[in-house]
Formats: sequence, structure tokens, C-alpha cells
Amino acid sequence: MENNLITEDKQKNKLEKAFEILKTMASKPSGLIGLTIVLFHVVLALTSPYIAPYDYKAISPNTMLLAPSAEHWFGTDSLGRDVFTRTILGGRTALTVTFFGSLIALLWGGLLGIFCGLVGGKIDDVVMRVVDAFLSIPWILAMLLIVSLLGTSTEVLIPALGFFYGKGIVRVARAATHDVIAKDFIVSARARGHSNMSIIWNEIIPNVRDAILVEGAMRWSWMLLGFSSLSFLGFGVSPPTPDWGLMISNARGLMSFAYWSVIAPIVGLSSLIIGINLTADAFAKALGIDRSTKAPV
Amino acid sequence: MLLLILKRIGLGLITLFIVSLITFVGVEVLPGDACTTYLEREAYGAALDACIKRLGLDIPADERYLDWASNVVRGDFGYSLSGEMPINEVLGPRVKNSLVLASVSILIGIPLAIVLGIITALWRDKLPDIMISAITIFSMTIPEFISATLLILIVAIWLGWLPGIVIIPSDATFYELLSNIILPVVAISMIMTAHMARMVRSSVIQVMASDYVQMAILKGVPYWKMVFRHVLPNALLPAINVVALTIAWLLGGVVVTEVVFNYPGLGRLVIESISNRDLPVVQALAIILASIYVGINLIADLMTLMLNPRLKSLQIRK
Repeated sequence: MENNLITEDKQKNKLEKAFEILKTMASKPSGLIGLTIVLFHVVLALTSPYIAPYDYKAISPNTMLLAPSAEHWFGTDSLGRDVFTRTILGGRTALTVTFFGSLIALLWGGLLGIFCGLVGGKIDDVVMRVVDAFLSIPWILAMLLIVSLLGTSTEVLIPALGFFYGKGIVRVARAATHDVIAKDFIVSARARGHSNMSIIWNEIIPNVRDAILVEGAMRWSWMLLGFSSLSFLGFGVSPPTPDWGLMISNARGLMSFAYWSVIAPIVGLSSLIIGINLTADAFAKALGIDRSTKAPV
Repeated sequence: MLLLILKRIGLGLITLFIVSLITFVGVEVLPGDACTTYLEREAYGAALDACIKRLGLDIPADERYLDWASNVVRGDFGYSLSGEMPINEVLGPRVKNSLVLASVSILIGIPLAIVLGIITALWRDKLPDIMISAITIFSMTIPEFISATLLILIVAIWLGWLPGIVIIPSDATFYELLSNIILPVVAISMIMTAHMARMVRSSVIQVMASDYVQMAILKGVPYWKMVFRHVLPNALLPAINVVALTIAWLLGGVVVTEVVFNYPGLGRLVIESISNRDLPVVQALAIILASIYVGINLIADLMTLMLNPRLKSLQIRK
């Protein structure tokens, strides 16, 4: 009975804390705008299959390159497909792939970073050398190579993106662990004879969690940028799946007279990336983490 | 000091060695070897045998790696599959074109970033800061292919001021290049400037809040003298590393920008060689781009060391 009460109390505290952080984030205009945009995109991604007015892959020679009108709000593209339909559906793949990709990046990057920061020594040296080596290969070259040899399915894209965007998190998690590790409570946990696993789980993770989460939120927006760049180059989702990067690359050749079919996906993609960025910044500020001096790596 | 520099160079070389291992092993582990992926459906009989012979794929992998690595150290990357010519000949003009694009962007970007960063920091939260910050945040968040596409749409198509895409051969002369690179340079330096300006801004703000600047204000040092004598030297030092990382980070972004503008540089070669499944060229590009990254970081580290006496003594004590 008593135990129940305590866990309930703990859960309530966690919820309250999360709500508190959300409130702090929304208290500044930039954070509020960011949260609104992200929420809008998530709701849109969940509901768009039900509200889309046309079939996204219906090709029709009669409706090619129509200007925006009451029937086709954003006009039509060079194959006669409705741009409004394709735009509201265009974020679904990108959002899913990058969300799960970021989760993978957070998990392996965070855990490996914490482990390296804790054990130090030879293992740490070797792992950091390898991470450095991976950092010095441009991500786009590695991603393109993997995708061109293994195919562009989501089962390839999610782990590949998760891997390549996690190596930066290793560094952040390791640095955050180094900050924590010299503190008294770790020393006393060691003196009490706790195992490495227990120290990682009970002492280090609660203290470095915030820093890693903020890094992960930032990675999400970079991964979205990377994923759309792949789509744009023709190495991401395959047609006729609606995707903003792919739509921009297809509509680019005809934009001298059909600019609407390139503007709509541009607005969709830019607003989502800016929204995630603003949210991540507000999240960092609400948790009291300063990211202003970080380099984009 | 000399020992420290040698140690840094050594670490850079170790990193490059690991990169060469990763690219080599990566190409080995991924399905299909260079010949079968390149020849695709024609991968049988005499053509396949000839290709395997030419690349030496019949030799065991470890020997092949040593052979390849020793040739790379001597500056020979082997033969390209699709062009059937030495990779060095393929790379030469591309490296030059990318170098022109990068150096013009850096020459414009760095001074502009410093000026913008200082303005936004000194007029923090006032109108100039809000306006410039909004533009810099916008241009550093949106993808390169979007800003490049918008530039083409607005400047080349709607206003008709400049050509939208670059139509020059890869061995064009410097003057032919110069008239064609304005839009690509704007697209690249926009993002680069934005990142660096943000960095300079927060660095200047930090230094302005420090004790010695407060002391200088209390002593009655004139405002601009204080800014140029006390604030800037200390604020720009940590920016060196970020400049290096930003340039290195742009190596990835340049690929996309070069494709959008059809610019015949290293970035487009990345896409071309991967589309052609020309794995020897891909390996060569990985090594070259990684060396540029390591080199830039090394130079930045050494510059910071030489310019900062405090860091120097700290490192020696370690």
C-alpha cells in the first residue's frame, strides 16, 4: 500500500516536471512558435491520409501544371498530381524515419559515450579515435554509398542515419560523464562497492540525461536536413511516395513557370526544420543548458 | 611545444589511417565488389575477368589493402572504372574548381561573419541584433538545397540577373569560373557566415560580461578602444575552432550545392562516382575529404595553441 503511494507520487512528480518544462519552453515567443509548428506538423502527419482531397499518385494528362485554383489549392505538378495533397502527405516518411533514427542515435551514442567516459583508459582512447575517424568522413559520402549498395528502404535508412548521427552524441555524452564523474556522490558510490552498471544506471544517467536529450533534439533537425538532402539527390524515398525533398528536386526543372509546385514543399520542409530547431533551443534553455557556443558537428 | 605539434600531427595521421581502414573494409563488407557493382548485369565472362585483373581483386584483401595504401601515400589513387583513366587525372580539375569555390566563399564569409557577429553582440536584443539574428538563424537552419533553389528562383528566374546553373566544362579557366560562381558562392557563404556569426556573437557576449572588461569599463577606457583592444582578441580566439569545424562540415553541404548549381567540383564528383558505382573513385574521395577535414582541424588546433599562451602552458603541464 505504502509502496504504491510512493510510486504514484513519483510518477506524478515526473509528469509535473515534464509539464513544468513545457510551460517554461512556451513562456518565450520563440519556444511557443517552435512548439506550435512541431505540434501542427505531427497532427498533420497523423491526419493527412484522411483529409487529403486527391489520390497522391493519380497521374492525369488533363491537369498538368495547373496554376493554384479553388479546385487545386497549390496547383498541380508536371504529372498532373495535386500539389496540396502531396505536400500535406510529404512529411510523413521524413518524420517517421528521422524520429526513429534519432532514437537509435540517442541510445547507442549516449550509452557508448557514458561507458567511455566512465572507464577511460585504453578502451576510451581507441573508441574515440574510431569516432574521430568516422566524424572526418563526410556523412553524405558514407550515406550515399550505403544507400546505393543496400537500397533505399526505411529498414536501411533508419539504422544508417541513426548510426551516422549518433557518433557526435558519443562525444557529448562522454564530456557530460566526465563532468559528473569527479563529483562526490560517484566517489561514495564506488566506496560503497557499487558495480559499474549500477553507477551508470543510478548515478550517471540521471545526471547526463538532460545534456544527451538536448543533443538528440538538435540531431533530429539535422537528421531531417540530411534525410531530405538524400531524397533531393534521389537517394532517399523512391517515387511515387510523396516526400518534400523529392518533390523539390522534381519540380525544380520547371520552376520558371510552375513555381507553386516547388514553393509548397519548400515551405513544408523549412517550417518543420525551423520548428524543431526552435523547440530544441527552448528545450535546452528550459533545462539550463547553453548550446550557443557549440559547433555544428 | 614542438613535441606537442608532432603529437597532434601523429594523432591526425592515426585518424587518417583508421579512415582508410574503414573505407576499405566498408567497401569489402557491403554486398558486391567493385567489379560486379560496376558492370551490373554484364558481370560475367571476359569483361568480369578483365575488370578483376585490372583492379587486382584476385589478390587477398590484406595484400590488396597494403598495396593500395602504399600507392595512396605516394599520391597514386589507381584507375577509375568508368572513365578508364588515372583517378588523379579525374580529380585534378575538380579539386581546383572546388578550391576556387571554397576560397572565394571563405574570403567573403569570414570577415562578414566577424562584422555581423560583433554588431549583433554589441547591440544585443536591439533592432540590429533581432534583424540580423533572424536572418542568420533562418539561413543556418534551412537545407542547402532549399536556399540554393530559392536563390535560383528569385535571382536567376524572377529577376533574371544571373545565370541559374553553371554550364562550364570541368577544365574551365579561372576567369570562366569566376563569372559563373556568384550564386554558388552566395549559397555556400550564406550558411557558413550564419554559423560563424552566431559563434562570434555568443563569444563576444561572454567576454563582455567578464571581470576584466567590467574593470576596463570602470577604469574609464573609451568604449571602442575597449572593444578592439580587450574584447575582440579574446572573443575571436575560440572562434577559430568553430570556423574550422564549419568549413569541414560544409564539405557535406557543398555536395548538395554543387549538384543544384551543376558546378563541376569535388562534390558533384561524389554523386557522379556513386551513381556510376565507381568504387575506386569513391574510396579516393573519402580519403581526400577526410584529409581535408583532419588538416583543417589540425591547423585550427595549432593556431589556437600559438595564439593562446594560457592554453600552451596548460597543455605542457598535462
